[in-house]
Amino acid sequence: MTQTAPPETRRSRRGRSRRTGAAAGVHLVLAGYTLIALFPVVLVVMNSFKNRRGIFGDPLGLPDARSFSLEGYATVLGEGNFALYYGNSLIVTVASLFLILLLGAMAAHALAEYRFRLNTLLGIYMILGIMVPIRLGTVAILQLMVDLDLVNTLLSLILVYTAQGLPIAVFILSEFMRTLSRDIKDCARVDGLSEYRIFFEVVLPLIRPVLATVAVFSMIPIWNDLWFPLILASSDATKTVTLGVQQFIGQYTVNWSAVLASLSIAILPVLALYAIFSRQLIAGITSGAVKG
Amino acid sequence: MTDVITDTVERRPTPRRKRRLGGRTHIVVFLAPAVLIYTVFSIYPLIESLRLSLFDGLDDGSAVWTGLGNYTTLLSDPNWAVRFWNALWNNLILFFIHMVVQNPLGLLLAALLSLAPRFAGAYRTLIFVPTLLSVVIVGFVWELILSPLWGVAQTMLGAVGLGWLYAPWLGLESSALTAVSLISVWQYVGIPMMLIYAALLSIPDELLDAARVDGLSGVAIFWKVKLPLILPTLGIVAILTYIGNFTASFDLIYSIQGVLGPPDYSTDIMGTLMFRTFFGQQTQIGDIHMGATVASMMFFIILIGVTIYLVGVQRRLTRYEM
Repeated sequence: MTQTAPPETRRSRRGRSRRTGAAAGVHLVLAGYTLIALFPVVLVVMNSFKNRRGIFGDPLGLPDARSFSLEGYATVLGEGNFALYYGNSLIVTVASLFLILLLGAMAAHALAEYRFRLNTLLGIYMILGIMVPIRLGTVAILQLMVDLDLVNTLLSLILVYTAQGLPIAVFILSEFMRTLSRDIKDCARVDGLSEYRIFFEVVLPLIRPVLATVAVFSMIPIWNDLWFPLILASSDATKTVTLGVQQFIGQYTVNWSAVLASLSIAILPVLALYAIFSRQLIAGITSGAVKG
Repeated sequence: MTDVITDTVERRPTPRRKRRLGGRTHIVVFLAPAVLIYTVFSIYPLIESLRLSLFDGLDDGSAVWTGLGNYTTLLSDPNWAVRFWNALWNNLILFFIHMVVQNPLGLLLAALLSLAPRFAGAYRTLIFVPTLLSVVIVGFVWELILSPLWGVAQTMLGAVGLGWLYAPWLGLESSALTAVSLISVWQYVGIPMMLIYAALLSIPDELLDAARVDGLSGVAIFWKVKLPLILPTLGIVAILTYIGNFTASFDLIYSIQGVLGPPDYSTDIMGTLMFRTFFGQQTQIGDIHMGATVASMMFFIILIGVTIYLVGVQRRLTRYEM
C-alpha cells in the first residue's frame, strides 16, 4: 500500500530531467485530453446559468449580465423532487456500502484466517459474481421482490447492490488479509480475545485503507445505476437521482434551461465531493487496484 | 512470494491451532450473512433465470416445459433471430471500438502520466471526472452537444474549418452506434488509465535502472520492459471491457436512444433487447420466459469470453510478483 509512494517521487525527479521537447509533447497530449474530458461538463454547467437566448445565441460564451438567468433552476426546484431523490440515492448508497464492507470483510476474514472444509470452494463461489453480472438475473430478481413484497422500496435496491458488491469486496479484502502478519492476531489470542474481538479490534483497523479502495469501487456503479431503480423502485417516493434526472429530462425536452439545470444539479454535488476526496479516491484506486 | 510466507506460518504450531478444536461457530457467523445475501439475490436469480428459459408461459399463467424451444425460437424464428443477431453484432462492434480506442488511449495516457510530468496529479484527477458521472447525465450532455438544434459541435468544427464534417451522428443509422461507443469511451477511459497507471507504478525501479544502464532509450524501455510486465493488467482490462460491454452499455443507450435502439435498431444491443423482451413495448407484450432466454444467452456469451480469457490469455501470461 505505502510502497507506491516512494517510486513516484523518485520517478518525478527523473521526469524533470527529461528533454524539454519531449516534455512539451507529453503536456500537449495530457492537457489536450484533459480539455476533452472537461469540456462537456463545463459547457453544460455554464449554460445552465443562462436564459434561453443566451443558451442558443452564444453557447460557448460565459454567462454575462444580459444572459445570466436562474430560470432553469427555478423550474427544476419547483417541478422536480430532487431533494427527495438525492436523499434516496444517499440512503441506498450508504446502506449498501456499509453492508458490502462489513459483511464482505467478515466473509473475507473467515476465508483468509481459518482453515476448514469447503474453504476453497466457498472462496470460488463468492467470487463467481465478479465474472457474471447480476443483471442477467433481473427477471428472477423482480419476481423475488414481488414475492417478498419489496417492489418500490429502497430495501430492494440495497439488497441487490449488496449482493452485487460482495464478490469484488470479498476478493480484494481476502487477498489483502492473507498478507497480514499472523503474529498480531496470535498475540491477541494469547491475551484471550475472542475471535469476534480479534476481527473488530485487530483486523478491521489494519485493513482500513483497503476498505476505502473497495468503497470507491463499489460506490460509483451503485450511485450511477439506472437499471435496477428503473425496474425495482421507479415509484416517485423511491426514485434515485439518476432515475429522477432521466425521467425529468424526458418530460422537459423542449425546456433547455430546465434540462441544463437538472443536469447541473446532478453533476455539481458529485464534483464537489470529488474535489474533497479525489486524493484518497485515486490513491485507493492506484494502490489496491492491481496486484497481478 | 506471499504464498511461501503463509505456508511456513501455517505449519508452525500456534495457539490458534489449539483453539480451533473448540467451538467454530464464529466461522459460520462470519460467513453466513454474506453467503446468504449473495446466494438469495445473485446466484439464485441467475439459476432461476436459466430455469425459466426452459419453460413457456401459457395464457392461464401456468408454465410448460419446452426444453430448448425458446432458444430455438430466439436463434431461428425470423422475428426473433433478426433482432438477436443484430443486437449481438452491435455488442461486438461496441466491444471492438472500446478495444481499439478506449484501451490504447488509456494505455497512452497512463504511460505519459507514469513519466511523472509536472501537474501529473491534476491531469489524472481531471481526466477521471467523466467516469464518476452517471451514464444518464453523460448521455444527455452529449446528446445536447451533438444536437443540430443547439449547434455546438457544428460551430466548433466550423471554427477549425471542418464544418462540412458535421452530421447529426446520433440520428443516422450509419453512425449512431459509433457515436454512442465513442461517448462511452469518453466516459470510461479513466478506468483503464488508472489500472494501467497503477501497474506501471508497481514496476520496480531497479529493473528500469538496469534497462537504462544497458543503454535502452525511453521508448525502447516502454516497449521491451514495461509493456511485457503489464500484460496481465491489459488482459484484465480486456475482460472487464468485454463484460461491461454486455451490461453497463444498456444505461447509455437507454438514456440517449431509448429502448428500441434507434434509428432502425442500429444501436440495439443485448441489454435493450432483454429489457424489451421482458417488459414488452408498444407492439409486443412482455414475456418472462423469452426475457430469461435472452439473459441466459448473454450469460453463455459472457462465459465463452471469460473461458477464452482464462484458458487462452491468462495462462500464457506469466505473473510478475512484486
